[in-house]
Amino acid sequence: MSRRAALPPHLRQLESEAIGILREVAAEFRLPVLLYSIGKDSSVLLHLALKAFYPAKPPFPLLHIDTTWKFREMIAFRNATAARLGVELIVHTNPEGLAQGINPITSGSALHTQIMKTEALRQALDKFGFDAAIGGARRDEEKSRAKERIFSFRAAGHSWEPRHQRPELWHLFNTKLRPGESMRVFPLSNWTELDVWQYVVAENIEVVPLYFAKDRPVVRRGGVWIMVDDERLPLDPGETPELRRVRFRTLGCYPLTGAIESDAASPADIVTELRGARQSERQGRLIDSDEDSSMERKKREGYF
Amino acid sequence: MDSAPAAGRPLLRFLTCGSVDDGKSTLIGRLLYDSEAILADQLEALERESKRFGTTGEDIDLALLLDGLEDERQQGITIDVAYRFFATKRRSFIVADSPGHEQYTRNMATGASTADLALLLVDARKGIIAQTRRHSLICSLLGIRHVVLAVNKLDLVGFDKATFAAIEAEYRRYVTDFDFRSLQAVPISARYGDNVATRSASTPWYAGPSLLEYLETVDAERREAAAGFRFPVQWINRPNAEFRGFAGTVAAGSVAPGDAVVVTGSGTTTTIKEIVTFDGPVIRADPGDAVTLTLRDEIDVTRGDLLTGAKSRAEFADQFAAHVIWMKDEPLVPGRSYWLKIGPRTVPATVTSLKHRIDVDTGAHIAARTLALNEIGFCNLSAARPIAFDRYAANRDTGGFILIDRVSNETAAAGMIEFGLHRATNIHLQALNVSPSDRAMLKGQQAAVVWLTGLSGSGKSTIANALESKLLAMGAHSMLLDGDNVRHGLNRDLGFTDTDRVENIRRLGEVAKLMADAGLIVITAFISPFRADRQMAREIAAPHAFIEIFVDTPLDECIRRDPKGLYARAKTGEIPNFTGIDSPYEAPDAPELRLRTIGATADTLAENLIETLRERGIVH
Ligand SMILES: Nc1nc2c(ncn2[C@@H]2O[C@H](COP(=O)(O)OP(=O)(O)O)[C@@H](O)[C@H]2O)c(=O)[nH]1
Repeated sequence: MSRRAALPPHLRQLESEAIGILREVAAEFRLPVLLYSIGKDSSVLLHLALKAFYPAKPPFPLLHIDTTWKFREMIAFRNATAARLGVELIVHTNPEGLAQGINPITSGSALHTQIMKTEALRQALDKFGFDAAIGGARRDEEKSRAKERIFSFRAAGHSWEPRHQRPELWHLFNTKLRPGESMRVFPLSNWTELDVWQYVVAENIEVVPLYFAKDRPVVRRGGVWIMVDDERLPLDPGETPELRRVRFRTLGCYPLTGAIESDAASPADIVTELRGARQSERQGRLIDSDEDSSMERKKREGYF
Repeated sequence: MDSAPAAGRPLLRFLTCGSVDDGKSTLIGRLLYDSEAILADQLEALERESKRFGTTGEDIDLALLLDGLEDERQQGITIDVAYRFFATKRRSFIVADSPGHEQYTRNMATGASTADLALLLVDARKGIIAQTRRHSLICSLLGIRHVVLAVNKLDLVGFDKATFAAIEAEYRRYVTDFDFRSLQAVPISARYGDNVATRSASTPWYAGPSLLEYLETVDAERREAAAGFRFPVQWINRPNAEFRGFAGTVAAGSVAPGDAVVVTGSGTTTTIKEIVTFDGPVIRADPGDAVTLTLRDEIDVTRGDLLTGAKSRAEFADQFAAHVIWMKDEPLVPGRSYWLKIGPRTVPATVTSLKHRIDVDTGAHIAARTLALNEIGFCNLSAARPIAFDRYAANRDTGGFILIDRVSNETAAAGMIEFGLHRATNIHLQALNVSPSDRAMLKGQQAAVVWLTGLSGSGKSTIANALESKLLAMGAHSMLLDGDNVRHGLNRDLGFTDTDRVENIRRLGEVAKLMADAGLIVITAFISPFRADRQMAREIAAPHAFIEIFVDTPLDECIRRDPKGLYARAKTGEIPNFTGIDSPYEAPDAPELRLRTIGATADTLAENLIETLRERGIVH
């Protein structure tokens, strides 16, 4: 009568843990929000939120920080998902950044990320007064995330102060805040990329089709395939898009997100591919290779 | 359609412990490497880094796979635990790895709190050392029941059987007083991989499993013998008037529709109607399952309540004994009020007495008046309201708690309940015929505690005296408690250490409360420098009105006035712990009234105070 039995025990444990975390957020914070970035982790997070509060709807809205450079398919998927599930979706773009014409191509990825993601997120959190922001980050994504808390404390001004993080024992989370302070919460902390895909398969969760292999127009840049998603991507002289069978392991702003050549056309194919994977997930993400330990620095500035 | 065979075993969460250079990083790196958790681009980076920073000559240095936790500690970044993940075809693992020396107790405890097994590393050349005992003690205290003793660097002792056997035998003797249920010793070389993933040809005398084989198959589930059903209510689910569900995670036992359950505390009994999940109703929920329960009867249940089986009730008390690990830079102050969070319930609580401190290296009990960062103590606690709990040894989720500093919000301590103290439950409050409000009414007033706080010399006593004269003139019944006077009598035995200041305020708070019970308007004039202590006085006084008055005079002005010549003496060091000089004053954030004394007379300020009392209906 239920599909629960089909879930392998370790996924069931991870699922229950994440549901417990989501409920704790709903119970302890005044105004929580779920940061919805449209990727697979967000899809899983949203699915878990639906489960955690069933039969009620999740008691918080979704927030998407739109840089205006996301893949078109991502935006279409976002709008369709919110409409289908009947959940509240807030979309925020940094108006000043937009007015200044900040973009990932001529402004550079570092500035673009700073203004259109980090700044924009802070603006949105302040504007609505959210005191807890739930995100889909995982500890296995990158070395420096291995020690991140599940409830990550942010001082007034959203700064992440490594010295003021609170020890987390058992499943007891210290959620106390003073005015101006906030919390970032990561229910998927203990999931790996493989867990996420296995869960997508087991629970039949919809994700953006960009994750699946398909012939797409791409150009080769800096050792990765960049998709020509719209006419805003300037082509170098002599550079012509070619059709390649590619897919994405992570999704972000299209000029900054590299595709990999792959034949994996379904979540199950991806699980199989990952079992033999020889490249880590972040390898397709250009923002991390900007500088060493850039993630650490971005976090201090309030990047998710 | 699922091409991935569903791994049949539950996750294994384990903690690694070892002293610096025992090879902990190398071993974790080896486990990640051998389980193919390392990807090609990471491997390339590793080869590059090994050439530059490696300690292993030409070979790749697996320890470099892990973040340099020690370096980060030097940069002042607090890392208590780093979590790593790997999976084999048979099982998924979460490894908790704690760095550091000074912070070790706190970090290890954090990692151990969610671990089911400890992987304890020793260097074959050194054998069992003092730290091995320390690690074992912390693991045991935190409820880890399964231990793997990895005897590492066996290559450096020529894979000698006798060395391994001697270490294993010594360790088994060592841990007889700990409550471990399984103990497996494995001879390994983390660097060369012997007996890590596969059994080694260099140890033909060892018949046991390789480390990874053992971890893949060990049954480390916490299955408490005959555990009753435990369900802490985390969130009330009310989408509409028809549905009222109680969401939470089963902490022990299992439950099915039709089972009788009881709400601890109120003692109300009811029956489970349905176990609701997104995937449809289920016929049973087991430990670890996050579900929503509906009940047959409409009874009062709120977040923080504990539902248990009707025949297997939890303890319910406001006083209990617990082990406490102190995690905050400022030491524990017995008597001070902290938030205590246990499951989804948060209540104010104080440590009433510290029985002893535990020396983690020897296990000895040492008399102590306070606990510093990373110290473990055994103490009695008193909560403002009774709480539902189990012994920690019986259930981590219903027996573990944290203490939170009420001012800074830091997590101050982790605690493990050992037993409830029934002493308190036997002292029942005597119901009285005449109530406090009867007594106040007879006097034509409402009882209140008017609490003046401020620096020495700020003008508290002068204003308090002026206020009381005015009250007398109005025919109101009052009592003025002055700090200095009380220290000559009731609190003669107390000094000015943090601990004594807390006790000072506690007694004054109780005296003020008794007098308010008598129907009086109680005026107090104490420096009362700590926010947490004033908060405690406020809670003691409840339900009487508590009016906190901040007598706000800048420090230099107090020093200039210095009516009793105390600042002059404090500055020469003659009076230690003097507020404002070498002991802090925490100004109130939101006092009921703030009196700025510069440029105002005591008489006008007292008049302001009378006005405040009128507004609140205390006097007419
Ligand atoms: N010969 C030998 N050396 C080892 C072994 N395991 C670790 N080492 C070395 O011991 C040193 C300390 O190891 P490391 O993993 O950094 O220790 P940690 O401080 O416990 O993390 C390094 O130089 C390692 O290469 C082993 O099994 N045999």
